Amino acid sequence: MSAIVSLRNVVKTYTRGKQTVEVLHNLSLEIAQGDFVALMGPSGSGKTTLLNLIGGLDRPTSGEVSVAGERIDSLSSGQLAKWRARNVGFVFQFYNLMPMLTAERNVELPLLLTNLSGAQRRQNVQAALTVVGLADRAKHKPAELSGGQAQRVAIARALVADPTLLVCDEPTGDLDRATADDILHLLQMLNRDHGKTIVMVTHDPKAAEFASHQLHLDKGQLVEGDVKAAA
Amino acid sequence: MKYAPLVWAALWRSRARTIFTLLSLAAAFLLLGLLQAANSLFSLNTVNLSAPLLITQARVSFTNPLPMRLLAQIEAVSGVTAVSHSQFFGGAYQDPKNFFAQFAVNPERWRKVFTECSLPDEQFRAWQQSRTAAIAGRQLAERFGFKIGDRIPLTSQIWQQKDGSRAWAFDLVGIFDDTRKDSCPRQNNMYIRYDYFDEARLLGQGGAGIFVLRLSDPALAERVSRQIDAMFENSPDETKTQTEKDFSLNFVRQVGNLGLILNSIVGAVFFTILLLTGNTMSQAVRDRIPELAVLKTVGYSDGGVLALVLAEALLLCALGGMAGMLLAVAAMKVLSRLPTQFPPFNADLRVWIFGVASMLLLGLVVGLPPALRAQRLDIVEALR
Repeated sequence: MSAIVSLRNVVKTYTRGKQTVEVLHNLSLEIAQGDFVALMGPSGSGKTTLLNLIGGLDRPTSGEVSVAGERIDSLSSGQLAKWRARNVGFVFQFYNLMPMLTAERNVELPLLLTNLSGAQRRQNVQAALTVVGLADRAKHKPAELSGGQAQRVAIARALVADPTLLVCDEPTGDLDRATADDILHLLQMLNRDHGKTIVMVTHDPKAAEFASHQLHLDKGQLVEGDVKAAA
Repeated sequence: MKYAPLVWAALWRSRARTIFTLLSLAAAFLLLGLLQAANSLFSLNTVNLSAPLLITQARVSFTNPLPMRLLAQIEAVSGVTAVSHSQFFGGAYQDPKNFFAQFAVNPERWRKVFTECSLPDEQFRAWQQSRTAAIAGRQLAERFGFKIGDRIPLTSQIWQQKDGSRAWAFDLVGIFDDTRKDSCPRQNNMYIRYDYFDEARLLGQGGAGIFVLRLSDPALAERVSRQIDAMFENSPDETKTQTEKDFSLNFVRQVGNLGLILNSIVGAVFFTILLLTGNTMSQAVRDRIPELAVLKTVGYSDGGVLALVLAEALLLCALGGMAGMLLAVAAMKVLSRLPTQFPPFNADLRVWIFGVASMLLLGLVVGLPPALRAQRLDIVEALR
């Protein structure tokens, strides 16, 4: 299967005060389309930085990042925003829903950037909420939902624009085991039945077991894993 | 429009803060609306407007009485149908705070000039028959509970009687109505007889005060005022002839540079509300940094986020501002019903333009700094 994510010789450094810290060291990897990859490693290993580069939230200091056939490391801020809207759905540990909007309004947010009519948007929102099993909670605000339900709404928001890639940063980190398993089953279903490529950062080995591949990072380098490292 | 629910929801994210800010904005715009209406009124120059009545006063000041001999000359000017001399009495009823306008006039001339005032014939005859008789406007009579037959004691701050006393007394024999609603209502005035007043006063005999002229055609106002003033130019009694409305406004303008005073207050109010609303908007954006970062994450551009925050600030200012302006209009309606010598305030087009421009300016000034902050927001830092 062809690679949907391709990183070549990626270096990422941050400057904190007078100190420059290299977080990713000459990292190269490929993730195949339709894969479900768990990105693991200790705190400070560069997992979230790598996820941000794959999701187009950040740019590498050097090296190439291609996602869905497009070099995103050279896109401008505006081009990157448009690219994200078309290609990536994001799921965060703390859901990051808009507290003043209902579930359906939260899910609709990415669709406001499209040319879809109000009726089409509502239809897509309903479909996304149905996929995550929350069609009956459409009118509820985040404060009226449980943690698991809120995360499902966040997943529906990530799905609604039909992106090729889902990027999840500790999606079960704030949930109990049973609820976390429900969410992971949902992600597995989206990967298996809807063909979504998923890259998930997690500390939890049990969560990583739901992925089809695991990738381990330590001190900004891939140390082991069954995802093919680029030559 | 599809972003409207998002902007609206963001506005109400902190309901209490938004309500208090809206109340502050409404209060500020209530004040701005009223002050601007006053400013608009006092900055009016109506000399060239048409008017059925003109007032001729001494050029130096209306406190300098014009001599009675001018009356015949003014009366002879083409277009002038009647002239009433009128001397301000300046009395207070029982207590200095119970001040209202009284004028010493000739009843027959008064009736010919003030044709809008309706006084029953028998009451007019009673006024003609008694030298100490006086008539009062309906609103004035209601304000103090005056009834026909009452003896009304007045203490004049200007005129003494020949015995040195400032205490005067008049018998109320008539109550008149003034049906005009547009400007300078006379319903709060009292009219006493000039002949009695002139004979009894210690000083100033023969002085007419001012002259009130009725014109055959309001359109003649400009021509007649110019002609009269030209007649007395370079004489010891130079005149200034103006519309009744201008005369009332000039009376108020004596207080000082009203425009400067009002503009200074407007400026202070605007500056205060700017700081208050600016602080609220900054706080609102600070509280929402992760949410704004999420918007950027899902594909909203930097400019798009800037526009959303700016729209929220404009909406906040527009809502509070419009509420305040509408309250100001309501307040003007109430104020116009109160007893006063002056033309009523009106929220004319200039006042509304000023109000709407202030809302836009305020929205931009208070919205731009947080909007720029939102625009520059780094997603990775904000979500950390």
